[in-house]
Amino acid sequence: MYRRLLIAVPYLWLLLLFLVPFGIVLKISLSDLALARPPYLPQIDVSKGWEGFANFLSGLDFENYVWLTGDDLYWKAYLSSLRIAAISTVLTLLVGYPLAYGMARAPREWQPTLVMLVILPFWTSFLIRVYAWIGILSTEGYLNQFLMSVGIIDIPLKILNTNTAVYIGIVYTYLPFMVLPIYAALERLDGSLLEAAEDLGSSRAGAFWLITWPLSRPGVVAGCFLVFIPVIGEFVIPSLLGGSGTLMIGKVLWEEFFSNRDWPVASAVAIVLLLILVIPIVLFQRNEDRAREAER
Amino acid sequence: MRLSWFNTISLTLGFAFLYLPMVILVIYSFNESKLVTVWAGFSTKWYGELLKNEEFLDAAWVTIRVAAMSSTLATVLGTLAAYVLVRAGRFAGRTLFSGMIYAPLVMPEVITGLSLLLLFIGLDIDRGVMTIVLAHTTFSMCYVSVVVSSRLASFDTSLEEAALDLGASPFTAFFLVTLPIIAPAVIAGWLLAFTLSLDDLVIASFTTGPSATTLPIKIFSAVRLGVSPEINALSTLMIVVVTVGVIVASLVTKRAAVARAREELAVERS
Amino acid sequence: MSQPVFAPWEVPEAEPLIRFESVSKTFGEFTAIDALSLDIFEREFFALLGPSGCGKTTMMRILAGFEAPTSGRILLDGQDIAPVPPNKRAVNMMFQSYALFPHLSVWDNIAFGLRREGMARDLLAARVDEMLRLTRLEKFARRKPHQISGGQKQRVALARSLAKAPKLLLLDEPLGALDKKLRQETQFELMDIQEKTGTTFVIVTHDQEEAMTVASRVAVMDEGKLIQVDTPDRIYEAPNSVYVADFIGNVNIIQCVVSPDDEDSRVRLEWGDGRTPLWAQGEFGAGRRLSLAIRPEKIQVSRRKPDGVANAVYGEIVDIAYLGNISTFHVRLRDGKMLKAQIANTRRISRRSFSWEDHVWLSWSDTAGILLER
Repeated sequence: MYRRLLIAVPYLWLLLLFLVPFGIVLKISLSDLALARPPYLPQIDVSKGWEGFANFLSGLDFENYVWLTGDDLYWKAYLSSLRIAAISTVLTLLVGYPLAYGMARAPREWQPTLVMLVILPFWTSFLIRVYAWIGILSTEGYLNQFLMSVGIIDIPLKILNTNTAVYIGIVYTYLPFMVLPIYAALERLDGSLLEAAEDLGSSRAGAFWLITWPLSRPGVVAGCFLVFIPVIGEFVIPSLLGGSGTLMIGKVLWEEFFSNRDWPVASAVAIVLLLILVIPIVLFQRNEDRAREAER
Repeated sequence: MRLSWFNTISLTLGFAFLYLPMVILVIYSFNESKLVTVWAGFSTKWYGELLKNEEFLDAAWVTIRVAAMSSTLATVLGTLAAYVLVRAGRFAGRTLFSGMIYAPLVMPEVITGLSLLLLFIGLDIDRGVMTIVLAHTTFSMCYVSVVVSSRLASFDTSLEEAALDLGASPFTAFFLVTLPIIAPAVIAGWLLAFTLSLDDLVIASFTTGPSATTLPIKIFSAVRLGVSPEINALSTLMIVVVTVGVIVASLVTKRAAVARAREELAVERS
Repeated sequence: MSQPVFAPWEVPEAEPLIRFESVSKTFGEFTAIDALSLDIFEREFFALLGPSGCGKTTMMRILAGFEAPTSGRILLDGQDIAPVPPNKRAVNMMFQSYALFPHLSVWDNIAFGLRREGMARDLLAARVDEMLRLTRLEKFARRKPHQISGGQKQRVALARSLAKAPKLLLLDEPLGALDKKLRQETQFELMDIQEKTGTTFVIVTHDQEEAMTVASRVAVMDEGKLIQVDTPDRIYEAPNSVYVADFIGNVNIIQCVVSPDDEDSRVRLEWGDGRTPLWAQGEFGAGRRLSLAIRPEKIQVSRRKPDGVANAVYGEIVDIAYLGNISTFHVRLRDGKMLKAQIANTRRISRRSFSWEDHVWLSWSDTAGILLER
């Protein structure tokens, strides 16, 4: 009895505030734009009962999805999001792996502090961390001031409002997601494995490629997915650091909704985005399951 | 173990990259000049300006209220959900339930925000503080339940069974045995939910109405116009609050751990 | 036809495989190894035995090349090995944790060292298969380390470290992770493999039974020093110190003083007011303070005082430990001194001749004990 109640409360909450809204998005993505409030048709006419429901169903179609394929803005935005996510994932890995490696090799007594230092930025506002880069990267920003005073450049570089700024912002804000799983994998690595590899004739560098790298791979894969998946739908970074040329689907959706007020198309954009995300999420889940399997 | 030069360099560069932008932000919040990138002497005047800016103060108050309400609700619901996931065994729709717990963690914020907005419109609910609270509760309860369930999964069920064996009802066993043991995870979950709510721009933008503006929404619209010394001051305040909070929290838990270790040692000696 | 006894350490001109020349190793303030000299010969099965922290593991890690000695030299086949890095040494190590590479199959684990040498593919496969046969692992070649049992892991680790046919194989507590029964079986397997391959083995262990079973010679270590290096039977029957006597097996230690009236090759020992003096073999000057060490199994238990024995004392049984094959009696002498005596239970369901609170005589010959310097 109690058990049913225990299950029911969070269950119903999630049904009502997660699954139902999701259904609504799906439904509206199949509706037509209308000059009404809310601005889409058809709506279920409850008073007509079954007939109303049938009318409602017959009013649904895939027109918005066809529209998405027709306008190259959308598929370009999806492709560009995937590309930006992929490039920034690789960049984050390049920055994150040496950091995680250094942490795992640091003296034991430092390690909790180092982990805390990596987590600490998590707790500070995402918005502020992105904002901090505006001042650094702008034409008259600190980076240009510094480079010009040192004499490396004469005219300021245009970094802000380009994709470069977006990459920097993503690497900066998502770095902990990459570092922590890799650190966890490296920290678990038994030092005697490396000694055994050396004992059996491999050099230090050889032992890294033969032992450390393959054994840290689950952490690397996890870190890459943890960066790649959320970056695809990222909105704040491209809209603050990116320029007019930065095309990301999260930004498109936002604009479709708030500026164009085209709710059916915005919903269709969202559904397609989710379908795209399902692939990396399933792959990620399989990687996690395999890692758990191997631990046993 | 000594650090090799390679590790020293990667640690130094890595942490410089993580912290330098924030350090610069803090330093320039004390800049006299209105032109934020030009240093014109030390001043705290922007903090004064900030405290006079009623729009920011209102937004801050809304944000804190939303965060307090949503994190508390999310902690209750998330702990319940974790308990159900780990301890309730099999029940109809369990797969769907765990799916609904994990899905919001990977769902892009734009989609979560959009779908909730469409729900509120469909139900014809006036948007404002309450709708943001509902939205924040929904996604942060999932984070809480992940944190709490990992703790629940690692603790010994025989403790609960012992309580039942000694005559406690399942209800009292939960409050007297389970809850005290998972308390650190529950508190961590609450803190996480609180900061997630403080931080959120996208979902709040979708689910709010004209009556409620949160601090991130306010900052976002100000920042779109470029860097401003007032935002620098505000950011510095937020960074300081979080840093102090995290350091205090870690010191408290560390001290508790040290005290506990000392007590255990004393017991063993005697 | 009797085989010649294997004892190169008794041949003065024999060249050792390994020679430690007053090797020391310090970590900051802590001295792990203290000016230690030692020869180990080819085909030996040499055991380093001691409590944890005695320096035995450090010695092994110096041999493998993971630590460098602070001072002194180590010669392998007459060559100083200090400049040779671990991956170039003809020394392989079997790690206590086995250190099997979790992402590689049993076969690839064994092939790891051979691949580093760049061995030709068909030779390599033949060598790995040979190792698999030697350790009876043919059926498990394709498994990953987490898919095999603890005993099998131990054999993989052994096969992997033997695959390169090292001059010297180091085994760091090789059987520590196995349960007792499996450990005893594996000890004989190890000896068998050592004999078949003719490799020199150096084993580190804290388990004295293990060291005694497998080793041709045992070095007992304490605080970075070698206390005694000898064959197992000499270590047991003729320990050179109270430390060794006490560390290996069970022993009664009696503190005593040599009295003036001795006979040839026998001394009379005073061991407390009012006690009948004891007799033991040895030649020591009067007044010397010594320890008499007697193994419990060398002491007889009887109800009546036996005739014609060198030493006999009277006491009360306070405890009996029945261990199946033997029983140990804890006997309290009149003034409170405790002695242990062991009797083999040779007959099934024999009538228990002794019980708690029985008064008995303990007796032993003058050759049963050994006199040690204090």
